[in-house]
Parts: sequence; structure tokens; C-alpha cells
Amino acid sequence: MTQYAIRRILYSIPVIFGILLVTFIMARSIPGDPCTAMLGEKATVEICERFNRDQGFDQPIAVQFGVYMKQIFSGDFGNSIRYSRPVTKILLERLPTTIELGLIALFLAVIVGIPAGIISAVRRNTPIDVGVMVLANTGVSMPVYWLGLVLAYVFALLLRDTPFWLPPSGRISAGVSAIPFYEVFQWEVIEGTAKYTFMEFFANMYVFNSIITRDWEVLNDVVKHIILPSVALSTIPLAIIARMTRSSMLEVLRQDYIRTARAKGLFERFVIMKHALRNALLPVITIIGLQVGTLFAGAVLTETIFGFAGVGRMLFEAITARDFPIVQGFTIVIAVGYVAVNLLVDLSYVFIDPRIRLD
Amino acid sequence: MTQQTEPKLTSLAEGIADVEDLQDAGYQSDSLLKLTMRRIFRQRSAVIGGSILLFLILVAIFAPVIAPFDPNFVLIGHEDIKRRSDPCIHILGCDETQPQHILGTDGNVRDVFSRVVYGTRVSLMVGFTTVGFAIVIGTLLGALGGFLGGWIDNLIMRIMDVLLAFPSLLLAIAIVAVLGHGLQNALLAIAIVSIPIYARVVRASVLSVKEQEYVAASRALGGSKMHILFRRILPNAVPPLIVQGTLGIATAILDAAALSFLGLGAQPPTAEWGTMLGTERNQIFTAPHLVFFPGLAIMITVLAFNLLGDGLRDAIDPRLKN
Repeated sequence: MTQYAIRRILYSIPVIFGILLVTFIMARSIPGDPCTAMLGEKATVEICERFNRDQGFDQPIAVQFGVYMKQIFSGDFGNSIRYSRPVTKILLERLPTTIELGLIALFLAVIVGIPAGIISAVRRNTPIDVGVMVLANTGVSMPVYWLGLVLAYVFALLLRDTPFWLPPSGRISAGVSAIPFYEVFQWEVIEGTAKYTFMEFFANMYVFNSIITRDWEVLNDVVKHIILPSVALSTIPLAIIARMTRSSMLEVLRQDYIRTARAKGLFERFVIMKHALRNALLPVITIIGLQVGTLFAGAVLTETIFGFAGVGRMLFEAITARDFPIVQGFTIVIAVGYVAVNLLVDLSYVFIDPRIRLD
Repeated sequence: MTQQTEPKLTSLAEGIADVEDLQDAGYQSDSLLKLTMRRIFRQRSAVIGGSILLFLILVAIFAPVIAPFDPNFVLIGHEDIKRRSDPCIHILGCDETQPQHILGTDGNVRDVFSRVVYGTRVSLMVGFTTVGFAIVIGTLLGALGGFLGGWIDNLIMRIMDVLLAFPSLLLAIAIVAVLGHGLQNALLAIAIVSIPIYARVVRASVLSVKEQEYVAASRALGGSKMHILFRRILPNAVPPLIVQGTLGIATAILDAAALSFLGLGAQPPTAEWGTMLGTERNQIFTAPHLVFFPGLAIMITVLAFNLLGDGLRDAIDPRLKN
């Protein structure tokens, strides 16, 4: 087990190295010289000379790559052109929003997708099954941003004067403020320290923050804001999870041991939930891990539509403004995060399925 | 049974040319094709997806006949009509004095229906070209890797692993950010990010048949490496490639529309669904039809390819399920 884990982790190293190489190559292939690309209008001849020297652009390309690797491993992604602030700082501010949105979307996808898949498989070829599969097929074919806009139209405009009204954009209403938990608990945290950054990171997850501070009014407001974006974001993963659960379940239900369990006279519900589901869930878990990528990519679209100040919207704005340090830093973090999640999923198999002997 | 196999053996013994002649004459593939077609037609989703696709292809071909206006024709000065006017269909009770625009007009007073119709051309073109490109490159890489093995295989597959390590849409966005905005660059970006899937599919098929006896036989008969690869091995990769390619077109169209929606792909005034949605997205509360119909068009097109792909998979290659 430990050996497998070590090997699997070692295996991710070349992939992560590759990710860094790809982003490096991309950063160096921006048309024009890096100075004008990075500094834009500010780039004069003297400034460029100094900039090239400071950034090491006058060095051989291999040396440049070495410097770049060193910077990244020390958590330095350079400065944003537009904001003149460290990319790492911006990332830490924006990441909690996206993580919270992504987790809620994934949660929705799992709690709806898996039961839908099970029902569909158990009631195979009935109208319920056909209905679920039609919905799932439509779900994977739907542009996320379109669904988001349609949801905003329905819930923010058509249901305006009903209790079902939901705000079409933003994370929190004007005038409502989520007081960070460390302030509520009167913990002494000095701004600028690592502890502060850490606390701030979690305080920035508004739903989490308002739950632990028991501020129900804020929670109500924050949840109302996050419903539409997370529903839109969850559609594709939900549909994929439902389809996967169904086909995996059908596969398992054909097995001999299921027939044995039924022959023993066990309740059908027990056979399905206890015997079949456990084995059927393995491929579903792989698929759930892969959805993290879909969620990050979807976040770019969903956050842009719903005015959510997360990583996705920042990435979009950075691309439009050609703020390449942000694009590069965010891409690296998202890709490495994606690799890490899938690594964890692979490692978790050992615990989920004792049949797997990994050596 | 014995009688049936004997002639085949003699023909093999007499020379490979005879077998090839038979193949060229369609002796084997004809019946196989018929069998496959029959299996495909038995798949409900393939039939539904295929029918929608056929309809869309017809719409794309006959766009100038179906669309009442040129997609970029500005109606100001020609008709008494306002910007972003609601859909007006005379037979559904719309006032006869108003000009008929069944999906309304957009912010530049162009007929939305005509633009949606012409958009079919762009989206289908996007799907077929990106996936075509990705299949050609992916097949070459996968075949080389699988066939030659060794460090070449290792190098190719590790590069593919790295490409797969990025969420695909995100990598496409980053590539477009570097290459610059525009439909062509968006197509290239989407094609690049979809190469690994095809390389893997082809490599797997190559590996699975490389050591088979008929390949060894072909080698023993003096077939060149290229001949063995292209005539003996690669045909095995065609069925999974067709399935993967059909599903891949769905993703490509969806991703291309997303890039255009963000303003990174097709640029105005191109009648592309994602662009149409993107430029009018702030009008969702005042003129929802401008957002609703292009999105619906994207969904129907993507759904058609997804259904067809699923059906083809079940018909051609059930092993690929999941």
C-alpha cells in the first residue's frame, strides 16, 4: 500500500513538471517580446531593458526555465500587470469563493446524480428510466452559461414577487456583511501573517463562515445567492454521475452474487443498497474525481455570468485584459489541483475496495 | 464447415494478393458494413441522434433558402422595426402590420432566425474540422507510439498525459489567450486539447493487435512496416475512433461555443451561436429571446452528436461502454 502510494505520487511528478513546462512555453510564445506583452503601454526602451534584466530574459532559455521553476516552487507567480499585486495574493483571495461554489455544486451533483442513477438502473426500461436518461443526456449537452442565464431569468425575473425569488448576481446583498469568524470569536490575528492569510481564506467562504458564526440572516442571504450558480455548475457533473451510476449499477446487478443475495430471500432494497451499490460506486468515484476539472472550467463561465468574484471570473478578466501572469499562475494552480484530486481518488481505492491489491 | 475454410487457406497459401483483391472488391467489408448498419439502426438513440443531425446538415446546406435574410443584413431603413424586437409570427396572432421575424431581431436589428440558421454552418464546421484535425494528429501519434514502442512511445504518451492533466476547456482558454482571440485560434486550441483522447484510443487498438498472428503472417510475407501499420493494424482502430470522434464533436461544439461566448472565439458579426449569446447576455431580462434561441440551438446540436455517439458505441463497440 505505502509502496503503491509512493509510486503513484512519484508518477505525478513528471506530469506536474510537464504542466510547468507547458505553461512556461505558453508564456514565452506570446507574440511580441515579453516586456511589451507584460507591461503594455508602460513599456519604453529603458524600462524594457531593465525589465528584461530583472526578469532574466537576457539569459539562455534553459536558465530562464530554471529561474521560473524556482520562483514557482517558492509560491511566487509574479505580479499582476493590471493590479500590480502578487498573483499569489490575488489567488488566495479568490480561491475560497470558487472552492465553496465548486463543493456545493459537486455536493448537489452527487446527492441527486447517484440516487437518480440507481433508480434508473433498478427500474430499467420503465418510463422513469427513460425520463432520467433523457434529462441526463440533455444535461450533458447544455451550455452551462446558457442554463445560468435562463435560470436567472426564471428565478430573478419571472418569480420576482414570490418566495422563490433568487438574486441573479453577486455573492451577498448590499448592506449585508459577513463578519469573519475570527473577529466574532475575538481571536487576535495580526494582518499580514500566515495565520491571518489562513483564517481569511476560510472566512472568505461565506456559507462556511456564517454557519460557524451562527449568523442565520447572513447565511440565508448567502445561500440564496449561491443557489443559481451552483445549480448551473452542477448540471454537467450531475448528468455524468447519473449516467455512470446507472451503467455501473446495471453491470453489477447482472453478477452472480446479486442473484445469490436475492435467492437467500433478502429484501430487494437491501440487495440494492448493501450488495450492489458498494461495488457499483467504484467507477462512479473515479468519475467524480474527474469532474473537478469540469467544475473549474465551468466556474469560468458560471462566475462570469453570476458576477461571482472567484478564480474563474478573475481568469476571464485577466485573459480579456491580457494580464498573463494571472493567467499563467491560475492555470498552474488549477491544473496541479486537478492532478492532486485525481491522485487522491486513486489512492482512496485502496480503502474503498479491499479487492484491489496494489503492488 | 471444413469445406468453407479450405478455399481461404488455399488463397492464403497462393499469395497475399488474392486476399487483398477480395478485400478491395469489398468481399468482406460489405457484409460487415451491412451487419453494422443493421445494428446501428436498432439503437434508438443512434436513430434519434442521426435524424437530428441529418436535419441540421440539411439546414446548414440550405441555409440561404431557409433564412429569410442574410445573417448580417441590418434591417434599419428597410423595415419599420426596432432593435431587439420580440418574435413576431403572423399566424400565431402577431399584428399583420408588423414585419414578421419569427425569432425577433437583435441589438443590431438583424433577423435572429436567419442568424441561428446560418449559425448551424459554423457549429458543424467547427465540430468536424477540430475533430478531424485531432483525429489525424492523434492517430499518427498513437500509431507511432504503439507500433514503435520504446522511448518514442514513452515520450509521446507522457506529453499526452500532461495535456490531459489540464481541464480541457481551461487549457483551450489558455492557448487562445496566448495565440490571440479569433475563431481560427479557438479551433486550433480545441483541436490540440482533444488530441490525447484519439492518441490513446489508437495506441490501445494498435497494442491489442500488434502481436496477433495475422500481423505476424503479414510480416513473414514481407509486408513493409508502413503496409502492416496502415493496412493490417490501423483498420482495427476505426470503430472506436468513429465512436470517440462523434462524442468528441459534441464536446468540441460546446467548448467552441463557450470560447465564443467569452469573446475569445468567433468575433462579431459572425453568426455563431456562442457569440450571439455572449454579445446579448446582458439583455437576458429585457430581451430573453436573444439568449434563449442560440442556446437552444447549441443544446440540440450537441445532443444530436451525443445521442449518435452513444448509439454508435453500443452498436459498434459495446466494450467501450463506460
